[in-house]
Amino acid sequence: MTASVPMATPLLASFHRRRLIALAVPAVILAYLVYIFFAFDIAGLAGRARLDNAKILLGDFVSYKTHVTRNNATGAVTVAVEGEAKGTFAPGHLPDWVKVQGDTTTVDLGAGHLVTYDAAGARYVVPGYGTIDIRPQGGKLALTAPQPLPDWINASDNRISVTTSHGRFAYTRSKVETFRYAPGWPLFFFTPDSAFFGKSWGELAALALWQPRIDAAQPNLFGMAHDFWTNKMWRHGDVFWAIGETILMAFLGTMGAAIVSLPLAFLAARNMNRLAPVRFALRRVFDFVRGVDALIWTIILSRAFGPGPMTGALAMLVTDTGSFGKTFSEALENIDEKQVDGIRSTGANTLQRARWGVIPQVVPVLLSQVLYFLESNTRSATVVGAIVGGGIGLLLTQAIQTQKDWEDVAYYVILIILMVMAMDSLSGWLRRKLIKGE
Amino acid sequence: MVDVSFGPEPSQRPAPPAGPYLAMQRRKRVYGLAMLVLFVALMASGFQVAEDRNAGGFLNGLTQLDDFPREVLSEAWAKRAAIPGWMGHYLPSLLETINIAAVSTLLGVLAASLLSLLATRGLSLWPRLTPLFRRMLDAFRAVPEIVVALVLIYILGPGPVPAMIAIALHTAGAMGKLFSEVAENADLKPVEGLTSTGASWGQKMWLGILPQVAPNWLSYTLLRFEINVRASAILGFVGSGGIGYELKVAMQWGGGKYDQVVAIFLLLFLTIMLIDQCSDRFRHRLVKGV
Repeated sequence: MTASVPMATPLLASFHRRRLIALAVPAVILAYLVYIFFAFDIAGLAGRARLDNAKILLGDFVSYKTHVTRNNATGAVTVAVEGEAKGTFAPGHLPDWVKVQGDTTTVDLGAGHLVTYDAAGARYVVPGYGTIDIRPQGGKLALTAPQPLPDWINASDNRISVTTSHGRFAYTRSKVETFRYAPGWPLFFFTPDSAFFGKSWGELAALALWQPRIDAAQPNLFGMAHDFWTNKMWRHGDVFWAIGETILMAFLGTMGAAIVSLPLAFLAARNMNRLAPVRFALRRVFDFVRGVDALIWTIILSRAFGPGPMTGALAMLVTDTGSFGKTFSEALENIDEKQVDGIRSTGANTLQRARWGVIPQVVPVLLSQVLYFLESNTRSATVVGAIVGGGIGLLLTQAIQTQKDWEDVAYYVILIILMVMAMDSLSGWLRRKLIKGE
Repeated sequence: MVDVSFGPEPSQRPAPPAGPYLAMQRRKRVYGLAMLVLFVALMASGFQVAEDRNAGGFLNGLTQLDDFPREVLSEAWAKRAAIPGWMGHYLPSLLETINIAAVSTLLGVLAASLLSLLATRGLSLWPRLTPLFRRMLDAFRAVPEIVVALVLIYILGPGPVPAMIAIALHTAGAMGKLFSEVAENADLKPVEGLTSTGASWGQKMWLGILPQVAPNWLSYTLLRFEINVRASAILGFVGSGGIGYELKVAMQWGGGKYDQVVAIFLLLFLTIMLIDQCSDRFRHRLVKGV
């Protein structure tokens, strides 16, 4: 027992030191987080956060509103999805919850909520409350409603608005407007100007397969594809092209970088090139290219090449050349020299030695690097696209900046995630196929 | 003396490869050639499409490549005396960018450690739920940072927090996958030993797994920090906060503020180089264990 004490002392000391480190690391992390709490003003965040925005956003992701608007000067009634011209219903084809008879328009908001526009003004019947009656009189709006007015009715001389669980209603001197909310993405397949609008799945299938042509010039299926592709609300064709551009940027950038950096990596590898100054200079070039961040390359290149996918591809090409140059040359330095010697003994020249002695050894490393970058570049191509103005990144930032087309944002986000996951599986599949030879 | 390089007598040589082997070789060569042709065709047509859809042409752009840098540098050179001052001026926003990267790496890695252990077969607290945690990591990884950042800016207002949350989420997903791959290869004997003493799941992970995976995890974390510094600069440019935003403001001004642009470029470049070199050296030490 006594003999073990001197041996235990350093061990105990090391245990003691480790215990101190184990305590110190969480303490330092905690202190840093406290510092960040104040530096980022997390406490003030609650005041700045716009939770109503979050509500709008989440509501808009999954639902939409239809505007029923009457111009009080002309008496014309329009029904339009999100109030947009491209979502306007043709007069003869209004949704079944809107009825127009002469001067009178009835809007059924569901559950007994009924809005009527007529020559005298407008009425809104709210179940459990009563009738809100509005008549313009002498340039002012006269409101008749059960008193006292609840806080969801906002009334002034010029504008009266009502917000209920079933919709919103607003009367001004120039127009009266009702918003009806409904879940779903409206007009996703066809806009009202298409002949296929408002048909059920069964009707569409029947039209596509055996019913007579709506347009004699082409089969109904082609017509559907065309109307879907050129849908003015969702612009599926443009979105498809944007996704394609994004993938193209990632593909061209990654592969271009691999092609450019492979010969450079040979020149930068110690066992391939005996000229030390060349090696040193190339390594510094790689470091420099990587150090000048992708952001800066993107800015510089977009000045020269203008907005578009080519610029994005070149920005990724330049940045990745630095990373590839470094990893490729390291892979080349780690090869087994025996195989090269074997090839050399047959009298092969430098190029032949590289092709048959070196390349087979490094291909798995190179390919897995390239595929990994292809995958991660697909993701960053969205950001690069937002900076250079191309691809889905541009559409996304535009849709977010308008701050109202959140359903478009949701659509793009879903497409981006699908795109990234698809590239993920593609690169995984290629890796298994090419490297493991399965 | 026999000339060994020519091998044994013809009659004693092994039969030359024939039949299935040669057929396989030929098939491989045909596949390789087809792949190459496909690849070249893809590259060429892709280049053509990109060229058509770009505002400026490729060759045209090449001739203008140095216009912008030259314009910036010549103006900055004329005002070179002001650059150190501007660098000092932008130091706080650089610090903010680095802080965003650091705190999001920290939070992301903490989340990733937990999620990765829960997503590793054989280590998970709830083995049945491993696929769920795997899909969760995949989902975190698939959402690009810019999407989360821009949406959060709308809700939380401009500032460092949206970028921080966006990068942290992505880091959790990306690191979780790598961490789980490392943890899969960990030796389970310490865990078995701890199980025999009646240790809880947390104790088993903390004392049995963490010491084994720490060097690799730390090395990945450092690499991620480097990536996150770049990402936080880019997010600043697209969204808000940090040195990226300052760069955008200075760039939008056009001529006249190029000394500030150069000052920001220099700050970014030096920071990234420094972090790159430090983490490279430190990771070398971690992995080689010197």
